[in-house]
Amino acid sequence: MRELFIKLSKMKRSTIFLILIVGMLIPFFVTLKFPYTASPPTKAVFDYIENLPEGSVILVSVDYGPSTLPETEPMLEAILKHAFIKNIRVIGIALTEEGTNLGLRAFENVAKEFKALYNIDIRYGADYVYLGFKSGSEAAILGLGEDIRKVFPKDYSGRDIEDLPMMFNIKNYNDISLVITISSTMLPQQWIIYAQGRYGVPLAIGTTAVLATDWYPYLQSGQIIGLIGGLKGAAEYENLVNWKFKMEGRSLFGMKAIRNMNAVTIAELLIILFILLGNIGYFLEKKGG
Amino acid sequence: MRRFFGEILPLAMAFFFGTTLALQYFFPFRFAQTYYQTMLQWVIGVASMAVIMAVISFIRYNFRKIFEGRDSFSASVALIGFLMMVGLGIFSRESGSLFDKMYNNVYVPINATMFSLLAFYMASAAYRAFRARTLEATLLLVAAILIIIGSTPIGTLLNMDSLTAWILNVPNLAQKRGILIGVGLGAAATSLKIILGIERNWMGGR
Repeated sequence: MRELFIKLSKMKRSTIFLILIVGMLIPFFVTLKFPYTASPPTKAVFDYIENLPEGSVILVSVDYGPSTLPETEPMLEAILKHAFIKNIRVIGIALTEEGTNLGLRAFENVAKEFKALYNIDIRYGADYVYLGFKSGSEAAILGLGEDIRKVFPKDYSGRDIEDLPMMFNIKNYNDISLVITISSTMLPQQWIIYAQGRYGVPLAIGTTAVLATDWYPYLQSGQIIGLIGGLKGAAEYENLVNWKFKMEGRSLFGMKAIRNMNAVTIAELLIILFILLGNIGYFLEKKGG
Repeated sequence: MRRFFGEILPLAMAFFFGTTLALQYFFPFRFAQTYYQTMLQWVIGVASMAVIMAVISFIRYNFRKIFEGRDSFSASVALIGFLMMVGLGIFSRESGSLFDKMYNNVYVPINATMFSLLAFYMASAAYRAFRARTLEATLLLVAAILIIIGSTPIGTLLNMDSLTAWILNVPNLAQKRGILIGVGLGAAATSLKIILGIERNWMGGR
């Protein structure tokens, strides 16, 4: 037995990779039902949007890149689904170059899904607008507090912002009920300092699991109203949105975040197993001299 | 003249704009607000210029590599890719355009794949290096395992959510706050040094 554990603690890298890939593929073929009870920070974001009156406006900043897409895109899509079903209008912007197209893609995908599943038209210019990328993130965040038109005179496709009906009565943060930054960078810090700190706009953050711990101090201090942390947070939010759809008697949207999180759960369990095996082998070897 | 443009003028500008922009925050007059909004437009303009500088630098660097025959293949690929995406993006960026297709079907999968590889290397590194050799390493190991379990639904099944939340809200927050206060004080001190001309590294160390 001792020899076996020592041998197991010296697996080849390729073997580890193979076990991991096989493990992560399981949830894509077998339905796994893990509980996704919403954590308080995720629930806070959901409840805040849920309690907004119809016709409110939220601003979503797409501040991530393709490298963290599997974690961040399901968050954005779940938030958009929640907002659109509540008749909440959404302004999309991007403060990272890479996020520009990703944001557009998420907005259009969700709008298409609404049409296909419920025959609901999510109209560009009336239900949502996408203003695209602006460099100089700090100045852009501050500028949005003064006048959106000065920062984004045109939308992503070059249409004058004055031609978009949704934007008629929206000037700055005073007309926005919530700002959500979906980010894989440190940009939320700028949103906290400038948008929340200076203009007092309610702020929520959706971020990768690695960065989530960085924003806990702001959650506890009340500077952010909620936090969606990593793929688990996305799965929790998606679960809440699906629950809402079920309550309203609608068919469910895709379970992108939940399915991906199942794969991550298997991977994380395997990593713990590897760590334990490595340590058992280490101690047995040390004991045996 | 060279000293004036290279040293005195930048220092004077840093002092003037640094102090006035800090002071305007405390003066709710129309003039202060107009000045602040004008400066915001300038910052966005200057940031856009930085993007142009980066593009020029990228083109020059890769052209030089090609002409000098150093790693010319990768430099050519980088330049062709760059010029192609810029060219496509100028003509049409709409959904379904060639630019959009290239971005979503080439750039996004490449980038996501590179990052996904991290999971495999992390698993391998954790297996080899995460050993309970000392007390500190053991504490780190135990905390890491608890957080990993807590960040999966298994944590909920094992009723560990409150323990994970405690680790994140108490020890994690204590050290984060310490770091944040340190960083904040450091940033304030560095800003003051730049405004007063004591810190001059931003001018190239003069």
